[in-house]
Amino acid sequence: MSIAANETDFLKVQADQQFSRKRLFSFGLPVVVLLYLTFIFFNFDVPGLFKRFEVDNARALVADSYSYKTHITRDNRTGNVTAAIEGERKGSYPEGTVPEWVTLGATDTVIDLGGGHEIVFGADNFVSYDVPGYGMITAQPSRASGVQASLPTSETPDWINASKNRMTITTDAGRLTITRNRTEVFRYFAGWELFFFTLDSPYSGLGFGEVMSRALGGDSAAIWQDFWNNKMWRHKDVVWALFETILMAFLGTMGAAIVALPLAFLAAKNFTPFTAVRQITRRFFDFFRGVDALIWTIVLARAFGPGPLTGALAILITDTGSFGKMFSEALENVDKKQIEGIQSTGAKPLQRYRFGVIPQVTPVLLSQILYYLESNTRSATIIGAITGGGIGLMLTQAMITQKDWEEVAYYIVLIVLMVMAMDWFSGWLRRKLIAGDESGR
Amino acid sequence: MTELTGRVTDIRADYMAQVRRKRMMDGIILVIFIALMVSGFMIADDRNAGGFWDGLHRFFDFPKEVVSEAVGKLDEMPAHFVTFFPSLIETINIAAASTLLGAMLAMVLSLLSTRGMAKWPRLIPLFRRIMDIMRAVPEIVIALVLIFVMGGGPVPAMIAIAFHTAGALGKLFSEVNENASLKPVEGLQSVGASWAQRMWLGVIPQVAPNYFSYALLRFEINIRASAILGFVGAGGIGYELKNTMSWGKGQYDEAAAIFLLLFAAIVAVDQLSSVVRERLTHGKTTAQAQKVSA
Repeated sequence: MSIAANETDFLKVQADQQFSRKRLFSFGLPVVVLLYLTFIFFNFDVPGLFKRFEVDNARALVADSYSYKTHITRDNRTGNVTAAIEGERKGSYPEGTVPEWVTLGATDTVIDLGGGHEIVFGADNFVSYDVPGYGMITAQPSRASGVQASLPTSETPDWINASKNRMTITTDAGRLTITRNRTEVFRYFAGWELFFFTLDSPYSGLGFGEVMSRALGGDSAAIWQDFWNNKMWRHKDVVWALFETILMAFLGTMGAAIVALPLAFLAAKNFTPFTAVRQITRRFFDFFRGVDALIWTIVLARAFGPGPLTGALAILITDTGSFGKMFSEALENVDKKQIEGIQSTGAKPLQRYRFGVIPQVTPVLLSQILYYLESNTRSATIIGAITGGGIGLMLTQAMITQKDWEEVAYYIVLIVLMVMAMDWFSGWLRRKLIAGDESGR
Repeated sequence: MTELTGRVTDIRADYMAQVRRKRMMDGIILVIFIALMVSGFMIADDRNAGGFWDGLHRFFDFPKEVVSEAVGKLDEMPAHFVTFFPSLIETINIAAASTLLGAMLAMVLSLLSTRGMAKWPRLIPLFRRIMDIMRAVPEIVIALVLIFVMGGGPVPAMIAIAFHTAGALGKLFSEVNENASLKPVEGLQSVGASWAQRMWLGVIPQVAPNYFSYALLRFEINIRASAILGFVGAGGIGYELKNTMSWGKGQYDEAAAIFLLLFAAIVAVDQLSSVVRERLTHGKTTAQAQKVSA
């Protein structure tokens, strides 16, 4: 009886200890994580980041990614008025034409910004801007004496930035900038401009139905030509870049699998009895995996120059290590019985591998390869950004301009769609190839 | 008797026909695959700045230069290690912090998108799509945008990697959740526990070891990712590497030091995580077995 009591006491003590250990763990771990994150918060200087945060950049980025602006510019030396979308050459209106909200007169150019905002470019570089609820702002820029602005109020409101040689007026309707050399008006619109056709194309500005009916009327080749070679959005280059990225992932993954499969036999315990060979092969795999894709990319770019082949080889080399390791693990788990069965029929070693081993490991290998194919599509985008190939390069190029954010947004959407499509495709292929294997979702 | 032999020959003919069909299909797939590989290689070779066959013999030129410079200045190596060690730590810190943040977000997302545990069962598809999208965004995309807005430094990289990690881990975590028992959750519900309490006390203890194992694997991947993001301006050892590379010849000993540091870090974390994961999956069962036998 007393022994039993002793035992329960002992069990109780043990249980208490376990509880207190659990309690310590479940409270201690979150505290440790919190402490570490606090350390990171200050180590990475997050408070300083808020000061450095460039609100203007962020605002320009967000606004530009879903809207565009049309520039109406007057050269104050020649008096010429030109219109261009985003102020770019490739988006400019043909000589002498302007959007319908601008009226070109004999002397006066009237720009209607909507909502009652009206800007007039008068004779001798004179500019007037009628702001509803505020009044008429006028300016007479000249090379000799600067902008010479006059405001209806004596106090300058904060949406007007005026100095001797420059005046900027920013309203909800748009923006007017006057300098000695030129006067420029921006008007903002939602959407991605000229996505289908640039202004020099005859199909620009037509409705979908109209373009369709013309296509049926025999213009389809010309329409396709204008769309495909759109200078603003470069549809042709974008499609090629996406193709290059997928090509990099495909060549790299499949090439790595082809190289890794025979080597994996050398690293598997049950196929290579020599420890030395096995160890050397394994260290070889570790080396290829350990030297990161970044370093391989740099080394390869030196030898082969930038481009998709370099990216494909970088993926190939890194993944040879990963595949080698995983394949050899899969090979070590094969069932001996099948091989012995094949052997009993008098099969030679190569036949034993082909019919005894390969059918066993194929599902595992295939699902790993297909998983990597999807993940390498993402890697190929990243490697492309470094080594210069595919959609990654186009993305970095668009970012460097620091103004084509609508293109950046477009590329990001395309990249996400591409990766999701590859994800779906590799899953579909896995289900198709590994029939009956429900785990291969 | 003749009837039987007849059936056997029928079966054999059927079988042989089936085998032939299968071989034919395999052959066709193989031919298509080889054609894809060869034509793909040719296109890639064509669009590359330098050709494959021209570059092949130059493959070892750069490593040779780096190694010869590093060997020539071997006495400066330890000093380089000391110089670049802090940036290696920064790279590892970026990876660790982003793995932690990503894992925490993934935990919430995965619980919200598992049947039987979700707080709002109707929104399960929504949270799944959110995770799909987060998983599909390459880190570099977010990092580049954030570098533009915030300037260079570790924080853009951390956010970018954490974002992707949340999506990637969220999917794995929700697969783990599917296998968790719902009985503790029901028990907690019967005593009036809130959703957060049910998850924290009923689900998390069951799935924590698996979560931890996946998170470690992610940590390993994220070290590589944070080195790469450093190369595009997000701080850490990748940034130092870019600088030394841009100085070109004469500074390759520093590049060699960085290569070695990065290699050592990756291999060390790789080995460490495989040991820990091994113990999590196998050591646990032996411990339990001991307890049972004791």
